Amino acid sequence: MACNGSACQSGCYKKGDELAAPEEGGAAAASNSNSNSSSNGSGNNLCVKCKVKEPFTVAGGGGGEDGRFCAECFRSNLFGKFRHAVTSNAMIGPTDNVLVAFSGGPASRVALQFVHELQYKAQKNFDASRDRSLPVFGVGVAFVDESAAHLPSSDKAMDQAIEDVKSLVLELSPPAKELHHFPIESICSGDSSDQREKLKEVLNAVTDATGKEDFLVHLRMLALQKIASENGYTRVVLGSCTSRIACHVISATVKGRGYSLPADIQYVDARWEAPVVLPLHDCLAQELNMLCHLDGLKTIELPYEPQSTINSLISSFVALLQEENPSRESTIVRTAGKLTPFAFNRIPEINDTNVPLATRRRQKRSSLKLNGSISSESFCPMCYSPLIQSKVQALDTPEASKTNSYIFGSSCCSSCRFQILPQDPLCMEHFYSHLPPPLVARASSGNAHDIRSLREHIQDYLLLDSDNEQ
Amino acid sequence: MEETAAKPRRSGGGGRQCCICHERRPALKRPKTLEQICRECFYAVFEEEIHQVIVENQLFKPGERIGIGASGGKDSTVLAYVLSELNKRHNYGLDLFLLSVDEGITGYRDDSLETVKRNEVQYGLPLKIVSYKDLYGWTMDEIVKMIGLKNNCTFCGVFRRQALDRGAALLKVDKLATGHNADDIAETVLLNILRGDIARLSRCTSITTGEDGPIPRCKPFKYSYEKEIVMYAYFKKLDYFSTECIYSPNAYRGFAREFIKDLERIRPRAILDIIKSGEDFRIATSTKMPEQGTCERCGYISSQKWCKACVLLEGLNRGMPKLGIGRSRGLNSNQMKTDKPTSRTKSIESKQCGSLDF
Repeated sequence: MACNGSACQSGCYKKGDELAAPEEGGAAAASNSNSNSSSNGSGNNLCVKCKVKEPFTVAGGGGGEDGRFCAECFRSNLFGKFRHAVTSNAMIGPTDNVLVAFSGGPASRVALQFVHELQYKAQKNFDASRDRSLPVFGVGVAFVDESAAHLPSSDKAMDQAIEDVKSLVLELSPPAKELHHFPIESICSGDSSDQREKLKEVLNAVTDATGKEDFLVHLRMLALQKIASENGYTRVVLGSCTSRIACHVISATVKGRGYSLPADIQYVDARWEAPVVLPLHDCLAQELNMLCHLDGLKTIELPYEPQSTINSLISSFVALLQEENPSRESTIVRTAGKLTPFAFNRIPEINDTNVPLATRRRQKRSSLKLNGSISSESFCPMCYSPLIQSKVQALDTPEASKTNSYIFGSSCCSSCRFQILPQDPLCMEHFYSHLPPPLVARASSGNAHDIRSLREHIQDYLLLDSDNEQ
Repeated sequence: MEETAAKPRRSGGGGRQCCICHERRPALKRPKTLEQICRECFYAVFEEEIHQVIVENQLFKPGERIGIGASGGKDSTVLAYVLSELNKRHNYGLDLFLLSVDEGITGYRDDSLETVKRNEVQYGLPLKIVSYKDLYGWTMDEIVKMIGLKNNCTFCGVFRRQALDRGAALLKVDKLATGHNADDIAETVLLNILRGDIARLSRCTSITTGEDGPIPRCKPFKYSYEKEIVMYAYFKKLDYFSTECIYSPNAYRGFAREFIKDLERIRPRAILDIIKSGEDFRIATSTKMPEQGTCERCGYISSQKWCKACVLLEGLNRGMPKLGIGRSRGLNSNQMKTDKPTSRTKSIESKQCGSLDF
């Protein structure tokens, strides 16, 4: 029987430790004692890490983290989790160009801050070193502007928000970072008014509110990948934290996506041209909020109306559970972490001899952890989730009536077919004709990822650099 | 099956007919699909879906003796009724029995047992009742008095599982059928995710469990919605006991249940989607899974040295109600070895499972 924290009222050993007498203050006395007194009761508190400073508290209570760490130890603990995720998963190498997806919220603000600090340190080391052997990775910031999807027309609050983002990124130098302000309709074809029209058409065709929200998320990833490929970025950093991942675990379960769930919740997702990495994977939303508060990190609120969807229901559900037990979010993510990941949930091997050997070795070590992972062959063109081979539908209608939109629809996963694609064939035709080109290309081009992973296998024996013989 | 979109198409004005037969006027909206259908079509589609589940999953073999876990509640009453019906209609060739467990909860169980006794007469199925008092020497009322209102579902659930197996052995049945419905299984999937129980998560969506043990059990209602079961019982005017267990409000399962109720309102098919996700989960082979052995004290199936029922019982008898609740250290290795339980009492309580005829 799994026991989880405060909900369990057993008198098991944990409680006993916590009632141990608190240590008295005084730097000398504190540094002498080696005993590990865990978090103390109220009053006479000391930071559990340095045992020197007093822990900080947040008015009204900060939940689980309240009264345990002093501000500095809290910050270094959080940065430590970030850095550990980055190094043990070989997320950012010296030759990489990293695109940080910034939404304005606290999690992506912290992601941006931490990536900046990492880059800053690397730059300092580079300037100080004599041989300049280890280059500094580049950082860019992407702000995907979804106002065309949410707001009827140009909005003053939105314009102000964009200005705030620009000035925020300017402050994060040296080293300087380019900001890519990308209106989401730009992934559609045509000129800018065409694009806005197409986006609106395609969104209106989705009748299910949750489906529409998820569809927008898929478009967002397309946008990020487009920015990355057009500007030479080799990694996309998302600020997804434990809390967000916990919600995703529940939402994937609830939408019948149990098979593909492990693909989305690992540290690395290399399905994409520019692999997506989640360095804040082990940080709770509450901790990230607290850090923004402590360090005065500016966040930007966007003027979108909240929608009533399954996703919002799940957020409130998880928040309720987290209140009842502060380790619930971590437990959910840990449980889902025991599901088998996919072969693409690791950084692909680097065979470029220009990349330092140490980096290549570290990447190799991290990829060994994922032995026994599933390699899947086909993906849903809409959400790019791996499909169970046995369930890939056979197209049993006569060849003549297989329109492109029909083929597209049948190759999607059942969840997308239910909540995103229009049911009526005419609506589907219309929908399909307005889809952004990159989405459409996915269905027909087969699997970019698969070809890449096949190539990886035989890379060493290929004599020609390109695949011209195809 | 073609799922309808979230908003069902409404025909303008009058002239609405049942979606299936197009003859009779619709009497209800089907909770699973929101189709508007008449009563007769509802009975037909409800019963047919269950028949398909039984056939596709090969739940029964002709000539088998099947014990139906009967609590007197809506699920088990409808199960008894429908299985009886389908057994006749499709010639399953089964011998059906009712098996009931008396946990000793006054004001709840004693009333529902009256319902089961009526079912015995109404459906013509022989009934056997096993009680916690006889098996373990404790009623749930006595247990709650000792341990309070938290964790009592743990005791009841563990004891009931064994009680059903022992009752099944007494009845000499080949298989047990329980009334777990789609809502129950969806709740269990969520619960196991929330509580980090990966071992249970991998098993809880199986329609048949315990095939390698003494008495396999199956869940013919795995894909049937609770609302539809209630609707069936209501329209057919079946006799069932409709009160919730008086101790249930404090159960952790309540969180999952509330959430699923809200979910069902937004998207009815989400319940089946959760079950589908549960079936599709692949557990990493490196994960440590519990090994199946037998209990040293009573011989029942167990992954630890003592089965959970023995651990809990020991806790109750020794006045240590928290034994077996929450994370334990060396519980199954140290404390248990020192005490030798007596096996001289005449009651069934301490009789080894191995000594009962299976």
